[in-house]
Amino acid sequence: MKLSVAFASAIEALTANVLRSFLTMLGIIIGVASVMIMMAMGAGAKAQIEAQISALGASTLTVRPGATRRGGVSQGAGASTPFTEADMEVIRRLPFVQAIDGQINSGVTAVSGQTNWSTQLIGTNPGYFEVQSLDVIEGRVFTEREARSGAAVAVLGQSVVKELFDGINPLGQRFRVNSVPVTVIGVLEGRGQSSFGQDRDDIVILPLTTARNRIIGAHPTTSKHVSRVEVMVANGYDMAVAQSDLEDFLRERRRIKPGASDNFRVYIIADFIRARSETQQTMGILLAFMAGVALFVGGVGVMNIMLVSVTERTREIGLRMALGARSTDIMAQFLTEALVLCGTGGLIGVALGFAGAWIAAKTGDWSMSLNVQITLMSFGAAAAVGIFFGYFPARRAARLNPIDALRYE
Amino acid sequence: MTLNQYIIEARNLTKVYTMGDQKVHALRGVDLKIEPGEFTAIMGPSGSGKSTLMNLIGALDQPTSGELFIEGQPLSTMIPPALADLRNRTLGFVFQQFNLLPRADALQNVKLPLRYARHEIIDADARARECLQMVDLEERMDHRPAQLSGGQQQRVAIARALAGKPRIILADEPTGALDTKTSEDIMKLLVELNASGITIILVTHEAEVAAFARRQIHFRDGLIESDERSGL
Ligand SMILES: Nc1ncnc2c1ncn2[C@@H]1O[C@H](COP(=O)(O)OP(=O)(O)O)[C@@H](O)[C@H]1O
Ligand SMILES: [Mg+2]
Repeated sequence: MKLSVAFASAIEALTANVLRSFLTMLGIIIGVASVMIMMAMGAGAKAQIEAQISALGASTLTVRPGATRRGGVSQGAGASTPFTEADMEVIRRLPFVQAIDGQINSGVTAVSGQTNWSTQLIGTNPGYFEVQSLDVIEGRVFTEREARSGAAVAVLGQSVVKELFDGINPLGQRFRVNSVPVTVIGVLEGRGQSSFGQDRDDIVILPLTTARNRIIGAHPTTSKHVSRVEVMVANGYDMAVAQSDLEDFLRERRRIKPGASDNFRVYIIADFIRARSETQQTMGILLAFMAGVALFVGGVGVMNIMLVSVTERTREIGLRMALGARSTDIMAQFLTEALVLCGTGGLIGVALGFAGAWIAAKTGDWSMSLNVQITLMSFGAAAAVGIFFGYFPARRAARLNPIDALRYE
Repeated sequence: MTLNQYIIEARNLTKVYTMGDQKVHALRGVDLKIEPGEFTAIMGPSGSGKSTLMNLIGALDQPTSGELFIEGQPLSTMIPPALADLRNRTLGFVFQQFNLLPRADALQNVKLPLRYARHEIIDADARARECLQMVDLEERMDHRPAQLSGGQQQRVAIARALAGKPRIILADEPTGALDTKTSEDIMKLLVELNASGITIILVTHEAEVAAFARRQIHFRDGLIESDERSGL
């Protein structure tokens, strides 16, 4: 029997009872739509995580002073000896270091004319802009020289520019940071919110020396301290290897005896995001499992209705056999019916999945990512369900004895 | 070879139906030889085994013992797909209840066996029209069974039996559901087909119907009681 004929007769059989066919399809439709939305969610979450990682620096190691607690972030970071600019100088010479920055941070008040604005001050060296892959959209960043000499120059995030200099060109403008006058030399590109919900454009960046000597003040025991060091690992170096090399180097430099615990911590920022994303992934797996259950239930519905159909059409099957249909023809006929049923359900499900993903992306805070692969896989799932659950009823039909089928009442 | 002289040959055919612990002996050792081109009517009381024999000849069921040859081929040696092909190309069935697909029109019904034809590539549409023409129903080819009279429905069923160019037509009480006048039309049609060379076996209760055949076989209790050829 030709395939086109098989499809035509399958469609004919299914349109004989449109409501029943539709109700049977419903399970498949819901199953496929949810499979699709789940996969779109998973892909969306993954894309978002990758974007976060690359925004924060996939190749950044962060070094902070403080005791290490296994399996957790030490919060008493300030308690032990801070790192200094001298530490930065030696770390900079390690082979895997592409760039390095040291930072001190403080909440400050920026004042321009009548406007007071509470913001975050970052005192750092020019390496910061490379490590963070930050560019200025106006003006320039400060130089090593300005950083060392303690020049009173500032690079501003866009939120600060908007608050202090709304409508006027900020370059060359003077304003005060905690009463210290500084000049604007650059404006950073906008970065939006961090994944933790902070406004990453609400910052004032000053040279390290300027910030420490004139605004924040020196550490009580160490004069040239930084509160954290960030290292950009050069291309081609493994992050984990770089991390442990740096740890070994710092243990030696800080004279930590073998067996004693570290009084600093080196961590890979990307790992934190990945760890955080694991909860999301677990959620995704759970949802995918539920979608699978929906599809399974839909498949059982298809099997049920196909069995009913085989029983109802026993005489027709007998007639077809009397007219020369082989078992394989009957098998093909009912398998095709199950496939057309599930395929149609699959198509509607895919359409519904698209709509659902779109609505979820628009209204909810979900990031959705749909692609050809997801669409094909969702549709393929429906087809697989059709073959899997259609097989048993089709085989039952094919195994009927012609005369028993023909005489069936 | 002597076998090939007969288009149908039954040797000591028996059929026993088992229902629970009860056994029904529907055929008790039937011997029958039918020559190509014969028109045979099988008569006999209800339950005497006529339909059982027809189903065996039609390769729809297997005998309990004995052997059946169609065109010299022993059916017991044939695998199910071969039996399906035999039903498709050698045999044509006409049933008492017509057995048309209710949702398909006359043309589609006649085309149905051609869907399963493997032997030659034919223009199914043209062949189905031709067959409907033979039964004088080509203007009704887009009618569904419900839109046709009983006699017309049976003619569609005969056209369907003809579609695969069979050499044997098996008709089990084809006029059982029809009035006398219509029965006569159907019989004339069968006589015409027989004249074109098709071997016909017909089961009937009615002597007037059986009179159209040249050979009459009477069944009783699963055995042939009499077998007569009318002198023509
Ligand atoms: N499928 C079956 N199962 C059990 N008994 C059957 C079956 N088919 C026919 N019979 C019995 O076999 C006998 C012959 O039946 P059948 O060949 O249909 O007779 P006829 O067609 O001559 O009226 C009857 O007694 C009938 O009840
Ligand atoms: Mg009968």
